[in-house]
Amino acid sequence: MGMTITEKILADHAGRKEVSPGQLINAKVDIALGNDITAPIAIEQFKRAGAKRVFDKEKVVLVPDHFVPNKDIKSAEQCKILREFAREHGLTHYFEVGEMGIEHALLPEKGLVLPGDLVAGADSHTCTYGALGAFSAGVGSTDLAAAMVTGELWFKVPETIKLIYYGQLRTWVSGKDLILYTIGRIGVDGALYKAMEFVGETIDHLPMSGRFTMANMAIEAGAKNGIFHPDRMTEQYVKGRAKRDYHFYTSDANAHYSEILDFDVSKIEPQVAFPHLPSNTRGISEVEEVFIDQSVIGSCTNGRLDDLREAARVLKGHRISSNVRLIIIPATPMIFRKAMKEGLFDIFLDAGAVISPPTCGPCLGGYMGVLAKGERAISTTNRNFVGRMGHPESDVYLSNPAIAAASAVLGRIGGPEELGKRG
Amino acid sequence: MKLKGKAWKFGPNIDTDAIIPARYLNVTDPEELAQHCMEDESPRFGREVKDGDMIVAETNFGCGSSREHAPIAIKAKGVSCVIAKSFARIFYRNAFNMGLPIVESDEAVDGIQGGHELDVDLDKGEIRNRPTGKTYKVSPIPAFMQEIIDDGGLMEHIARRRS
Repeated sequence: MGMTITEKILADHAGRKEVSPGQLINAKVDIALGNDITAPIAIEQFKRAGAKRVFDKEKVVLVPDHFVPNKDIKSAEQCKILREFAREHGLTHYFEVGEMGIEHALLPEKGLVLPGDLVAGADSHTCTYGALGAFSAGVGSTDLAAAMVTGELWFKVPETIKLIYYGQLRTWVSGKDLILYTIGRIGVDGALYKAMEFVGETIDHLPMSGRFTMANMAIEAGAKNGIFHPDRMTEQYVKGRAKRDYHFYTSDANAHYSEILDFDVSKIEPQVAFPHLPSNTRGISEVEEVFIDQSVIGSCTNGRLDDLREAARVLKGHRISSNVRLIIIPATPMIFRKAMKEGLFDIFLDAGAVISPPTCGPCLGGYMGVLAKGERAISTTNRNFVGRMGHPESDVYLSNPAIAAASAVLGRIGGPEELGKRG
Repeated sequence: MKLKGKAWKFGPNIDTDAIIPARYLNVTDPEELAQHCMEDESPRFGREVKDGDMIVAETNFGCGSSREHAPIAIKAKGVSCVIAKSFARIFYRNAFNMGLPIVESDEAVDGIQGGHELDVDLDKGEIRNRPTGKTYKVSPIPAFMQEIIDDGGLMEHIARRRS
């Protein structure tokens, strides 16, 4: 029996010739990641276990990005724990404010995560790195502590669902729409405990930014990991960033899949996920009048340069509705600088948007755009659970950056075509 | 281990933002987290839950974020056990690592209503519903995870293996 890309990466990291779904293995991790929410608990566990040093100071990565720059005294204390731990253990990859970006955009950009890696991160969106052809899964703080000490972690080899995408993408349809549509079809636990393997001719042409967005939201279908086959586009992205060797794995032709689904993407229009589940999706043409108070463009899902360019194409020459606050958050300092140099900031500021430094802030109702009671937001983030962006009686709608930008102008949820934008 | 307590019934897809809203993630103190457990989902739960009570939920309990604050808050609230049809995978790992007992059973969830008094025998893998007299078998815990529990948690398990 052949193996899937996920099984091959797990097998190699467990020092085995082969593995099969359901098997419990101990695997070596290439990167162990934590942030200002999860690492404080991991550090506490690390100390409680009497550990003296991390397994490899190059491979333990700490990124304070959620409530940073510190939103309040309590957050400041949490970040201080990370900073002091990073100094004490001489961690190579600790990112202070100024160098800090949203972790899942930052690590690939810095070449810290590479194809074929096994990554354990104490953040559920760690699955983002599957876009590079890595096995990458979110874990909790205690798991992170264990990985920090031993450089290993136990995993149950997941079954794999193969998702095949074919056909030509419509105008204003991107990776975000493909993954929202997919979650809408299979549900928020449609891939529970499983690997989602994204393949097909559409995927072959999908830019890295779109792949990151899709892998990022695999967790929203309950998946353990989302994964893409590395190809020329991956090579181009990694080349010049990688400072160590990497490996391209590919699924065997006779690999076993628990399920195979296919999608004709030419039938998929821009998607909007209604409150309060990412699976509660509708095509933009089926959205009736939904007025909004806020639009957020950013996050580990859609805060990359391509996303900002898409938003700028829509916003150019327009002014946002006086009823809407538009918050744009470039995900990393490099994205911030490039967007600025390309003149995107002028377009955003002319439109009436505010530009924030990199932070996860509003996505999880932390700060930098918290919603009041009864308010509605459209957001390019990944979750629209009850109270996700603030008051328990506020609503979040999820979309791609073009829809979020157009909605900010319209004052209600709508697409760029309504502004006469043909793509 | 034998547990007993009253059932608190919840629906499907109870996410980690419902278990512990992100606005409280600037702290890690279990007692402080417990004060806000299920705050937006069920204010009554926060006020009335008693030590030993159990959460009984439909599918995909604990979906969403990786925050270990979720099982920490539930445990510190005094909840002795979570029974669900299925758990989100990160929550599942976290619960074991934190020593919060969790069991999966479709039949038990269907047969239990809020307020029912329950007995859970983790060693035998049984849930007994006192008012209905029904007994349900739960899916067995993988032997490997039982070892983690027996050692008292993941970090203790690692310490033992390395010594």
